[in-house]
Amino acid sequence: MTPKLVLLWTDVVLYAMLLLLAWYAWRVRVNPNLRANWARVARDPAALCAGIVLALFALVTLVDSVHFRRALVPSADAPAGSATFYATSTESLLDTVLARQVQMRESGYSEPLAYLGFNMQALERNGKPVRDFPRLAFGGAHLASPADWAGDVRLRAFTGLAAGAAVALLATLLVAWLNRAQHGGVTGALKDISIDRTHVPLRAALVTVAVVCVLVGPLVALMGHYHVFGTDRTGNDVLYQALKSVRTAFVIGTLATMATLPLAMVLGVLAGYFKGWVDEVIQYLYTTLTSVPNVLLIAACVLMVQVFLDKHPEMFETGAERSDLKMFLLCVILGLTGWATLCRLIRGETLKLRELDFVQAATAFGVSHARIMARHIMPNVMHLVLITTVLSFSDLILYEAVLTYVGVGVDPSMNSFGGMINLARSEMSRDPVVWWSFIAAFGFMVALVLAANLFADGVRDAFDPRARSLRPSVLARRVAGPSA
Amino acid sequence: MLNYLIRRLGYGALILIGVNLFTFFLFFSVNTPDDMARLNIGGKRVTQDQIEKWKTERGYDKPVYWDAKEQGAAKLTHTIVWERSVSLFALDFGRSDSQNAVDIGHEIKTRMGVSLQLAVPIFILQVFASTAFALLLVFFRHSRIDFWGVVLCVVMLSISSLFYIIVGQVFFSRMLHLVPISGYEGGLTAVKFLVLPMILSLISRLGTEARLYRAMFLEEIGKDYVRTARAKGLGEAVVLFRHVLKNAAIPIITSAGSYLPYVFLGSLVFESFFGIPGLGAFVIDAITGQDFAIVRSMVFLGAVLYIASNVLIDLTYTWADPRVRLT
Repeated sequence: MTPKLVLLWTDVVLYAMLLLLAWYAWRVRVNPNLRANWARVARDPAALCAGIVLALFALVTLVDSVHFRRALVPSADAPAGSATFYATSTESLLDTVLARQVQMRESGYSEPLAYLGFNMQALERNGKPVRDFPRLAFGGAHLASPADWAGDVRLRAFTGLAAGAAVALLATLLVAWLNRAQHGGVTGALKDISIDRTHVPLRAALVTVAVVCVLVGPLVALMGHYHVFGTDRTGNDVLYQALKSVRTAFVIGTLATMATLPLAMVLGVLAGYFKGWVDEVIQYLYTTLTSVPNVLLIAACVLMVQVFLDKHPEMFETGAERSDLKMFLLCVILGLTGWATLCRLIRGETLKLRELDFVQAATAFGVSHARIMARHIMPNVMHLVLITTVLSFSDLILYEAVLTYVGVGVDPSMNSFGGMINLARSEMSRDPVVWWSFIAAFGFMVALVLAANLFADGVRDAFDPRARSLRPSVLARRVAGPSA
Repeated sequence: MLNYLIRRLGYGALILIGVNLFTFFLFFSVNTPDDMARLNIGGKRVTQDQIEKWKTERGYDKPVYWDAKEQGAAKLTHTIVWERSVSLFALDFGRSDSQNAVDIGHEIKTRMGVSLQLAVPIFILQVFASTAFALLLVFFRHSRIDFWGVVLCVVMLSISSLFYIIVGQVFFSRMLHLVPISGYEGGLTAVKFLVLPMILSLISRLGTEARLYRAMFLEEIGKDYVRTARAKGLGEAVVLFRHVLKNAAIPIITSAGSYLPYVFLGSLVFESFFGIPGLGAFVIDAITGQDFAIVRSMVFLGAVLYIASNVLIDLTYTWADPRVRLT
């Protein structure tokens, strides 16, 4: 029974983006200028550590972006050779990896690592009805008696911690072994790493890896038998929701910025290059767009998309496809409404560039307008595009939460940080407080956004020489130093 | 100056026409008046008679863009777009689409005051607090205070404003019982409802703003006039407050000014979280209730305010920097 692969809209775009990234990596390899700038990003400890964390989140996103529908087992009396039917729910590879989390569904709220439910229920004990906290169906179900709970949790957490530490140690040794040539053997490399005398700040990177390992180790060790972050109102595992939300955030962050690029780049270069009436029209367009408060504009567009989707139910087969299409359209809307800033920047830069000698020379040689713009101007505004893209990534993730709260974000059926916060709002006003969803959403979201921000700052400092002078000097020492 | 104003307002009118056409196209191309009627009457079975009646009542009983049945200019004017646009430009917003058909203009008037009560103090305190924090960082630049200050800013701006609101509400209202959780009353009692949203709004934007302002100050501090001032023997504080602050005013005005339309429209999220009946909450209610007439009116109002605030920013430039001439 082979499952049927499902290509969701956002999957396709994410794969396309992966290809684009590979192409860009190749460009960086062959272009010494770009290589130098990226090397500068790698030498920035904060950016390097943030990059590692981001890469982990990206990995989760990718694993969560392979979707398929399981084939259903045909009934016994079905004629041989009849068409196979597929499950109505779309799963992703991440769902398969976390199958246990999906399956461990309780009946309601439960605290992190709990083995008892959160709410009292009427139970029957020794033939007498009592009101007590019920045992959970899955969380801690393997415990023979509740007295073992603390010891079991401690043992598992410790095992996970040890495993995580071992992985971190292995990673350190591997890195030292890889760098043995430059530092006189593995021990020499280890010593240089420990005193931070390496070309790339390996010590900071390895500390990050170690912290991640030490955090993930106990998590993995515990999550098979407990709900590490508790369960929500319907008994779903909060850790699973948080991991699923990572993809939503990532898709919105990347896709929506990508969607701004075509319009911003083409119109920006056209306006700056041709000036005159072209410039006037394009300026009018983006002034009109920016003069509407952004949230309102997006809200108006999303409302219309909702109406559109309600009228065209034939465009999707499953619920997942519908909510995915909605998210895709949300990204398109964010792109179509958000290109003004970048367009303005590119226009300004193009205005400067078109007066420079190399463009004048190209004109004198009779190179066509289109070719000048594509070959001579576009490559020279790419640094602006890159900086804006990475900077807006984190903004968009934060924005998603607000939009979902306003009611114009992603579909409520889709896991997202916005949705989690939205639910957490009412949970926090319960008594006793249900705090774990909120903390989980907070932790994951801050980790993601903070990493994105630090990485973006590193990229900006590397590609925009003017920004470098603004760094707090304690950080700037390594990056700015001539010998670094 | 007068010339400048006339030109800017003319361009503003042009932009408003664009915004207006865009919103109408957006709303009516996907959603015909019949659909709107069906949505708002509700229920499973809606007869054509009911739809026609609803459309006549609400003034949607004309063609949307072009009336072929009419003669001459009436082909254009006897349409929904024309009628609605003309009344919008006269700032007559009409009634909402939903069942209770509130008078949008009246709602805006009453709610605007509430929004301003919340937003004006936030706006002023925001500029003040961010400038003060940024100046502190700049004063201690190249030191640990600067470094950790910037780290704090980055961490603060990585936290969604929703988190600040939820934590603030739980901590100050539910645990310490200092202020009510949400709600609003007119008069002086309003203060106790507004103080928490104000503080939280300040905190949630401090990271972004302070980092931005710090960059602006640092940009100024490398300039010649600062060196001259130091060479004259002025103290660092005098250099910062008397010279750098004044010169950095222009970018600060630009950045703070871009926030002005939201001062009038109210901070959407804060108003709705704290149950303050301002324009922001109005918009969110309209969005959740799918009331397109209100959303359309607010888009238009937002554009008007944006254009007005841009002109205001330009006028402030001349006040902040006498070298700037508006022609």
